[in-house]
Amino acid sequence: MTSDTSAAATERLVGLEELADHVVAILAGHGDGVEGNVLTVHHRHGLTRFANSSVHQHVREDSTEVMLTVAVDGRTATASTTRVDHDSLRALVDGAVASARLQPVDPLWPGATPPEPVTAAGNLDPGTAAADPDERVGVVAAFIDADDALDAAGYVDTELIEAAFASTAGQRASGATTRATLDGIHQTATSAGSAHQTSVRIADLDGAAAGRRAADRARRSEEFVDVEPGRFEVILGPEAVSTLLTFLGVYGFNAKSHHEGGSFAELGAAQFDPSITILEDPTDPRSVGLPFDAEGTPRRRNVLVADGVTRSLAHDRRTAARTGVASTGNAVPGGSSMGPVPTRIVMPPGEASVDDMVARVRYGLLVTQFHYVRVLDPKTLVATGLTRNGTFLIRDGAVAQAVGNLRFTQSFVDALAPEAVLGVGDDDRYADGEFGAGVVICPSLHLAGWNFTGGAQG
Amino acid sequence: MVAGSGMYALAVEGVDAAIAAGAGYADARVVIRQQERVAAQNGEVESLVHATDAGVSVRALVGSSWGFAATSELTEPDAARAGADATATARASARVGGPGLRLEDVPVVEDSYTTPHREAPFTVPLDEKVRVVTEATRTMAAVEGVAIATAQIMLWDTEKWFVSSQGHRIHQRILEAGAGMDATAVDAHETQRRSYPQAFGHVETGGYEVVRGLDLVAHAQRVGEEAVQLLTAPPCPSGEMDLILESSQLALQIHESVGHAIELDRILGWEAAFAGTSFLDLERLGSLQYGSELMNITADATIPGALGTFAYDDEGTPAQRVPIVEEGVWVGALTGRDTAHLAGLPPGGMVRADGFNRIPMVRMTNVGILPGDSSLDEIIADTRHGVLMETNRSWSIDDKRLNFQFGCEVGWEIVDGTRRRMVKNPTYTGITPTFWSSLDRLAGEDEWQAWGVPNCGKGQPMQVGHTGHPATPARFRGVRIGVNGGEGRG
Repeated sequence: MTSDTSAAATERLVGLEELADHVVAILAGHGDGVEGNVLTVHHRHGLTRFANSSVHQHVREDSTEVMLTVAVDGRTATASTTRVDHDSLRALVDGAVASARLQPVDPLWPGATPPEPVTAAGNLDPGTAAADPDERVGVVAAFIDADDALDAAGYVDTELIEAAFASTAGQRASGATTRATLDGIHQTATSAGSAHQTSVRIADLDGAAAGRRAADRARRSEEFVDVEPGRFEVILGPEAVSTLLTFLGVYGFNAKSHHEGGSFAELGAAQFDPSITILEDPTDPRSVGLPFDAEGTPRRRNVLVADGVTRSLAHDRRTAARTGVASTGNAVPGGSSMGPVPTRIVMPPGEASVDDMVARVRYGLLVTQFHYVRVLDPKTLVATGLTRNGTFLIRDGAVAQAVGNLRFTQSFVDALAPEAVLGVGDDDRYADGEFGAGVVICPSLHLAGWNFTGGAQG
Repeated sequence: MVAGSGMYALAVEGVDAAIAAGAGYADARVVIRQQERVAAQNGEVESLVHATDAGVSVRALVGSSWGFAATSELTEPDAARAGADATATARASARVGGPGLRLEDVPVVEDSYTTPHREAPFTVPLDEKVRVVTEATRTMAAVEGVAIATAQIMLWDTEKWFVSSQGHRIHQRILEAGAGMDATAVDAHETQRRSYPQAFGHVETGGYEVVRGLDLVAHAQRVGEEAVQLLTAPPCPSGEMDLILESSQLALQIHESVGHAIELDRILGWEAAFAGTSFLDLERLGSLQYGSELMNITADATIPGALGTFAYDDEGTPAQRVPIVEEGVWVGALTGRDTAHLAGLPPGGMVRADGFNRIPMVRMTNVGILPGDSSLDEIIADTRHGVLMETNRSWSIDDKRLNFQFGCEVGWEIVDGTRRRMVKNPTYTGITPTFWSSLDRLAGEDEWQAWGVPNCGKGQPMQVGHTGHPATPARFRGVRIGVNGGEGRG
């Protein structure tokens, strides 16, 4: 960390606060009956992408965006712009107000966000905020050099998000966060193995360790056999579990989906095995993300499933008002269609090591990662997808050999149902998932059954 | 703030700074994109969004790596800074560099193009758009059993100024418009959905006349009724049988099992860690049997009104029609200037970016199948036992674009040449070349439609692309149908 970096970050946050206040002032100038929320975001993102064991794309973005939701006597409109000069901002506000005036009353508009303290500032690492291309390339080089006989591909990125929120009702919030991710594979002619690391700090990324892990998986998968599809006992690695949890969050714990009858969630019901607890926990010191949501509501710890019992949903201010509860801080930008989405999902670890879990399996599969998962029925969360980057047959308590990728068709709710979970791993960490990095912290899981419905050749 | 005439100057500033910093080649794009989305649910406005994103980006080539820098600040100093950053970023990559990249030659042009249109999309009064989506959703929601009815209108107006260090000066204004709606019926056990005109809506290049042509309101009653009927419909039969796809599902089949597989950057391994690679090997270009002799695929960026239509791609290469599969044989790929040079292929003008802040990459244009000589009615009449599937509901394919499984919203069991009954949860699965080799009937030009897919994800950072897929109804023999996972799903 350098003092120059801290000063620059502080200066920009002040700038974002002033920008948000400026837009609120323009909004207030439209007179009585006009209210709204303003979110200003500065995004700095650097991403170094490698393939065929060399860097081929290397990008950097610096952008500022203003997002505005206005209500005129309860008639709402949303607008955003990356053009932050005075004339553009006035045009943004005037256009949104004019649009809103033409609309029917929005019955679900909960009002501009009222004052509520945001006590956290976000997890910011100045070194990551200031990371330069050479630092990212250094991590890439270590990953590739871990086994230079193999073919490596993936990315290393660093992200800084700074944001300020202001509402006409008096809420003010600001904060910043950083994220650094290494996601890569090593490949042989017939196989691939992956590794993933995400942290608030780029200094935590260990390219050499990740490279060795990916290369080991690839080499162990080089000679593989195809197994007949069917129902298998499985151990799912953190990447595979992360995908399950993401889909549970988007489709099931989303209060809008629940209200519309499209969610499996039944509050108070023992829908999962007692070993399953799922929560959102922005207070986790590993957690990346801003301390408030797109509506300026503080993010808070929210237990979605406790010991197998569904306890809560993710809410924004719209769904919260409709249900008569408080928002859980899950509003996403432009999210009135999508509804509130959990983005800081945590599954606490158990006590079993992966080796312990493997030792308990007579005949089953060890799955590293899923690929291209899509939902067939949102309510039952039946989904299909494929395995990828290392799938292994377990026989008599030991990993016997690699198998070819398999297609599954499986209800994610049924997979975690009472008595369906045989073990929770002790290896919790940030895991990659279908919707990207920095969303889910979870361990491996040992499950009684998983429906594989096709092999690599259909 | 820079006026329109100054946009070229910004781009030139970025290119000059990149070259001055040592890049062997550089180009810059200034992009101003406006988007409008008007959505309703159950007769009420759900969201009314207007978004503007604007900025300048510079792409610089040093050795084997592209460097790319983007800023939302539209000033000459910021454009110059982006140019210098792009070169510095590319240079940093030299530590883990590969063979040097070279660009295939393309004509250096100065030109301007605007999408042909009748009604500029943002000049149509907002309340008229609101009326369409609220009335459509009100009609669907009024059908007993429909829980959720949604509709949306989607409009884009994108202006971009492209400048390269080789002398390109190209201004384009691309207009895109579309709409869609769906009804969801829910019971205690499942949800069923019907959409119109296809899942996620249909988009074309053009003006608001595209939205008018879709006439959402006229189709709303049927869509609502079919969603409810699906709840009590019998499940799709399982087994190997004939599969008939209506044209929008065939369009998605083409997108996933042909369009992505023929992207040259994937074939070369550039997308290996994320989206995956391709089962295609360049050594078999010109000889690989991709499908039956009825399979003729082109990538054609010149089809009027199709979503992947433009005048120049984001490298300044002219739009063109490229043969991809001829009588079942793989003959072409989707290329950019750099990948084309690596593979020894002509540059196809197929590189585009999602906005100012994303690096241009190989993208589908209008990848579609040429029509046959049959018709859907004839195909049904000629089928002894099979399922006709309509409107995509789910899609999944492996990282080599071989093993796929699709779900559709509705199926119709075909027995002895007639539609016997509606069936729910229809799915089918297959392996790409085997599946395409089973194509034996293809409808003709009358039923040929250039479907638009506005949600194609690719790249890191993720880019959402707009692609077109001309298709007609088609029949495939002996396909594995009705994969349900064995639990929780009828």
